[in-house]
Amino acid sequence: MRLASFGTAVDSTKPLNFTFDGMACQGLAGDTVASALLAAGVRVVGRSFKYHRPRGIWGHGSEEPNAIFDVSCGIDREPNARGTTTQLSEGLRVRSVNASPNASRDTYGLFDAFARFIPAGFYYKTFMWPDWQRFEPRIRAMAGLGCIDKVWSPKSFSRQVNSTCDVLVVGAGRSGLAAASRAAKDGKSVMIVDEGIEPGGTLLYRSRLIEGVSASDWLCETLIELERRDVRMLSRATAYGVYDHNLVCVSELKGGFAPPDLWRIRTSEIVIATGAIERPLVFPNNDRPGVMSAASALFYLRRYGVRVGERVVIASNNDSTGEIANAFRDAEAKVIEVAAVKDVKGRHGIEAVIDSEGRSIAADALLVSGGFTPTVHLYCQNKGRLRWSESHAAFLPGKPVEGMRVVGSAAGDFGWTVSAAWAAKPGKTRAWIDFQNDVTLKDLAQAARENYRSVEHVKRYTTLGMATDQGKTSNLNGLVAMAALTGRSIAETGTTTYRPPYTPTSLMAFTGVRHGELFNPVRRLALEPEHRAAGAVFREYGGWLRPAAYGSDIQAEALRARETVGIFDGSPLGKIDVIGPDAGALLDFNSYGTISTLRPGRLRYGFMLQETGIVYDDGVIARVDEYRFVVSCSSSHVQGVYQRLEEWRQDQFDPSRVYIHNATPRWATLTVTGPRSRQLLKELDLGLDIGLAELPHMAFVLGSFEGGPARVARVSFSGDLSFEVSVPLSKAVLLFHAMRRASTPLGGILLGLEAMMILRAEKGYIVIGKDTDGLTMPHDLGHTGPRDKRTDEFVGRRALFTDWAMGRDRRQLVGLAVAEGEAALPTGSHGIERVNGKLRSVGYVTSSYFSPTLRRPIALGLIERGAARQGDTVKFQYLGREREATIVAPCFIDPEGTRLHV
Amino acid sequence: MQLISCPFCGLRDETEFRFGAEAGKRRGTASSSAEEWANYLYFQGNPKGQTREIWVHLACGEFFMLERDSMTHEIHQSYCIRKEDQK
Amino acid sequence: MIRRRSHYSAFTLFKEGLLGQVGWQPTWASPEPKPAYDAIVVGGGGHGLATAYYLAKNHGLPNVAVIEKGWLGGGNTGRNTTVVRSNYFYPESVALYDFALRLYEGLSRELNYNIMLSQRGMVVVAHSEFEMEISARLVNAMQINGVDAELFSREQVIEIAPAMNARPDARYPIFGGVWQSRAGVARHDAVAWGYARGASHLGVDIIQNCEVLDFIFEAGRCCGVVTSLGEIRAGRVGLAVAGHSSVLAAKAGFQLPIQSYALQAMVSEPVKPVLDTVVLSLGTGTYVSQSDKGELVFGGGLDRIPSYAQRGNPPLQEQVISGLVEMFPAFGQLKLLRQWAGIVDIVPDSSPIIGPSPLPGLYLNCGWGTGGFKAIPAGGWLLAHLMAIGSHHEISRPFDLGRFTSGRLIDEAAGSGIAH
Repeated sequence: MRLASFGTAVDSTKPLNFTFDGMACQGLAGDTVASALLAAGVRVVGRSFKYHRPRGIWGHGSEEPNAIFDVSCGIDREPNARGTTTQLSEGLRVRSVNASPNASRDTYGLFDAFARFIPAGFYYKTFMWPDWQRFEPRIRAMAGLGCIDKVWSPKSFSRQVNSTCDVLVVGAGRSGLAAASRAAKDGKSVMIVDEGIEPGGTLLYRSRLIEGVSASDWLCETLIELERRDVRMLSRATAYGVYDHNLVCVSELKGGFAPPDLWRIRTSEIVIATGAIERPLVFPNNDRPGVMSAASALFYLRRYGVRVGERVVIASNNDSTGEIANAFRDAEAKVIEVAAVKDVKGRHGIEAVIDSEGRSIAADALLVSGGFTPTVHLYCQNKGRLRWSESHAAFLPGKPVEGMRVVGSAAGDFGWTVSAAWAAKPGKTRAWIDFQNDVTLKDLAQAARENYRSVEHVKRYTTLGMATDQGKTSNLNGLVAMAALTGRSIAETGTTTYRPPYTPTSLMAFTGVRHGELFNPVRRLALEPEHRAAGAVFREYGGWLRPAAYGSDIQAEALRARETVGIFDGSPLGKIDVIGPDAGALLDFNSYGTISTLRPGRLRYGFMLQETGIVYDDGVIARVDEYRFVVSCSSSHVQGVYQRLEEWRQDQFDPSRVYIHNATPRWATLTVTGPRSRQLLKELDLGLDIGLAELPHMAFVLGSFEGGPARVARVSFSGDLSFEVSVPLSKAVLLFHAMRRASTPLGGILLGLEAMMILRAEKGYIVIGKDTDGLTMPHDLGHTGPRDKRTDEFVGRRALFTDWAMGRDRRQLVGLAVAEGEAALPTGSHGIERVNGKLRSVGYVTSSYFSPTLRRPIALGLIERGAARQGDTVKFQYLGREREATIVAPCFIDPEGTRLHV
Repeated sequence: MQLISCPFCGLRDETEFRFGAEAGKRRGTASSSAEEWANYLYFQGNPKGQTREIWVHLACGEFFMLERDSMTHEIHQSYCIRKEDQK
Repeated sequence: MIRRRSHYSAFTLFKEGLLGQVGWQPTWASPEPKPAYDAIVVGGGGHGLATAYYLAKNHGLPNVAVIEKGWLGGGNTGRNTTVVRSNYFYPESVALYDFALRLYEGLSRELNYNIMLSQRGMVVVAHSEFEMEISARLVNAMQINGVDAELFSREQVIEIAPAMNARPDARYPIFGGVWQSRAGVARHDAVAWGYARGASHLGVDIIQNCEVLDFIFEAGRCCGVVTSLGEIRAGRVGLAVAGHSSVLAAKAGFQLPIQSYALQAMVSEPVKPVLDTVVLSLGTGTYVSQSDKGELVFGGGLDRIPSYAQRGNPPLQEQVISGLVEMFPAFGQLKLLRQWAGIVDIVPDSSPIIGPSPLPGLYLNCGWGTGGFKAIPAGGWLLAHLMAIGSHHEISRPFDLGRFTSGRLIDEAAGSGIAH
């Protein structure tokens, strides 16, 4: 019931309409869902996870175990929203979870009657015959709390903010504000984060004198003072985790259904002023709706003007409830304080409380305080060790952690005297420890009996503290009970690990803008608009978005390039400059083949190996002059090649005698390939002679284009006469158009990567990572020279001589031919043989295409001892179907290279 | 999120760094025995607690020595690998 | 010595229900350690407990102690994301992991403890033509090796995981995937507890809160362990301590090819069923399943810094969660409930090490990295075989430490494109 004269947080002139389980209700601006429901007289707000017991609101913050709802408004929705921290808004639909059809009448409510047969961990003892999966779907359907909308997708994204300060205060109650104020006065930069809707903590609803003034005056003055000193205050902001080197992560709710902001705050000192959470008392039926945290009842009374009961019984083990009793009396409620509670009557809401003498007291609310549990999560996350304090009946922070200070109630400075009154032995009637997950004292006794005695075993076996409230109200009562049941001290029993986040935190806070393309941005070509205008279909290759084809007929594209000329954008190819007197030596060390013997103006193809002898990358190295080389590596390996060159440079060489510079992003490369490519190039004004004599295969020259440099390399990935022309990015568009103009009369085309893949496979040129795997060594690809002949040291050399590297059964690169008229072998088919009736793989197809040049399928593969088995027929299997293919040389066109040397 | 000190650039977030290897190993060569080569390539102390490792700061590209604690994540010190850089 | 234990069934559960659940025997006994055993297993996780169980059951060696530094199943057994599968490329791996999966399939009934094996299937999603080729390569390898596998089309993937981001213009569009119907999840704690109960029943002593400080060496052999509770002797000692293998190896005087990293796992708040299978996507770097309780259980790659601290780190959390929401946009409605990390023992080829150690009398079971849970029954079976017989089982031979010297690594990531 709402009282007119109370409620500092609500605006009584602004009513808000909402529904609960379909029933129309009204609250006020400023209400939380919980306060509005209490004001509307709703007692049963949901059902418990296991026994479907009716439950009412317990608390008023993130510790709330019971008031969990699916809330929605229009298309916005939030499953498992905590009613105590969700602000009411006009038109909000609030739906109880775990209840069907609604919270007050729940079909599964009868489960409670069978509770004795489904004790803690019952599922470990049954459902084994015939197997668990027979039972699982029904159990899954009953589990879970709220529902998500499967077709929902994010509409807005969280802001992620990095920030620093000298002092970060967590909690804006009395201690936190005082600490912040002191630090600010000392000239430190200070930030405060607080979970509450407005700062103040208990000052907002507890009356006391501070430094001679009332709590509210002190709060008001302190807040003004802090603002004057530029202290930044985040409200509705939860410091959910502390990470290495004093990084605090904070999620700040933005209201409505907007995703929270994520703050990453690096600070020299963290002040933990997070207060303490009131615990329930453990007595039979202590989970009934109407049994409530005494402090929370006061909170609802003073903040929202909501009186949770007319006939109120108060039971407490400390002196914090005196003020509460008086406040309820002032609010014209009948108040009775009892020493202890024996039982509670009323299933859907309290009707009577049975006190320790067995007297029945008519009541509609039972306010309890079982002591206070300091909120020490952040301290513990930061490797802090707790110590048990009998006089506080609580675990308190032990030795200080560097860079962190715990103050106020969180450090045990409650301001109340607590006399521990722990639960007696489990009796006949169940007494709840964990409300949401339905863990009772009996369950703990059973766990102890079955030797699940470690706190972690208790937690996992009974699910104590594993609900969405993360055991904020239940953990301590649970482990105290466990200590008593196992005859150990509480200190000895210990606590479970505190894991982040402190409260459940929206996944959207963590994602920030990492959605869609921004999840992992692709790299784009300078010429992307030109390719698009030319009709290119783009696909991602090794992180780059590249033209896959310029139409639907890839075969025709490949064939035209073979017959006339194709223009191919090879810009992502690596261009790493290696410069200095030791450049040749560094490249020799890094490469499988010797590089330093290369003459200026010439190119050499080769591999780079890992130290394990496995082929890491292939590429072409150009020698520009005595001291200068350019390494052209695979597009997806640019970073990797750069880093390994840098690593060996610093490790094995005098770094002042060789430098490495990754120039890849500065150049665009267009390759022209095909018999008419020289004709095309002659149309461009490069200032060069590019005849066979001046520029033979595997040579390159420096020219110019449109006033900038141009590098022209005669290197081929298609097996045809090809020229790679590289110009600075700023000239890329000009080059592209110049080439296209020149190519049209020659019958040329633009060549996509898919067609290029066919051309290179026809020639037997490999793609690292496709035609090789993580076991392939250079000699498996037929490149044995350096292994056999080099006498100097190079990366991976020793590994080429292990027993396994020299083994006979290595998988080697082969060509594969199928019979006339048959379709291509699917890539990924495995060669098979039967040994003692058992099928085994002898390798697999790595690349397979229909060759437009040869008008028949071709394939490459890695096959055991393949090099020596040319002419053999091998069986292949693909998704259960068998085929045959013949091993041939891995080069299908022009093995003599006559098309290259023209 | 750890803060690691690059001897050339100062304190930076861990995401700017890459772990290289444990320090103190000698690279094997063609004349290494199979065991020596395997020791160089694969085997390591992997200590719990004090470590001495080679790291690279990806932003400046320099490899350096880092002494830290693999249990507490305390960073003790970082320094240049080469003598001539330790001025 | 056979210890008494309660039989678990619907009937005994009903009977105990009537009697107030007071008649259950301890799940495992907690005896004081004896001064000597026939064999000692260091590490009370799944692998260690399974080893002890199979020593007693397969080899008639019940005079065994399992020594655990903390609480049973408190390491990676209790921290993993509970996925079981055998979708491997190389025959050696298939032999190992499918053996484990087959043992898992009968484990609840064998142990009389419901480990909640849910063979709900797993799909490894392919996001490009190239990944589809790699997927086909893996499916064929699995089929040839006698393991169930299917190459799923785009439509089939969408059908089994309808909440997935199926937009053709998604950053990681769905092309298809590798499906293993026998893969799934099991209740991780139950595996540890079930083996503990089975081993204890057969007479194995399970010693918790007992830390191994050193080994006892005699004539160049390992003859037992020095623990925080005193010396315990045994002719054979097995090591099953995952991320801490290097620490104990150092005490035994040798090094291992292992680097320890933190691997994070996360769960969301529980919701009604939204995902009926296990999904792994290399593109988004995330895998996810929904627990029976309704929580989404998910994870991704390793933290980037070698570490023994069992804590996660924001950069990777943010990356993994972003990957999850990219893959399942609707999961953006959910909240993160808990996040934690385990210390995993990463080996260069990501395959386990099972075999004798350089110290005679000491045997290894380590290097499972991020994938040890799914192999628990096999890891235990094979280490028990080694310790009892003194030589390799056929299945464990390729995983001997000697492979690093011979060069014969079993690098699944290289062969199948599937990282562990």
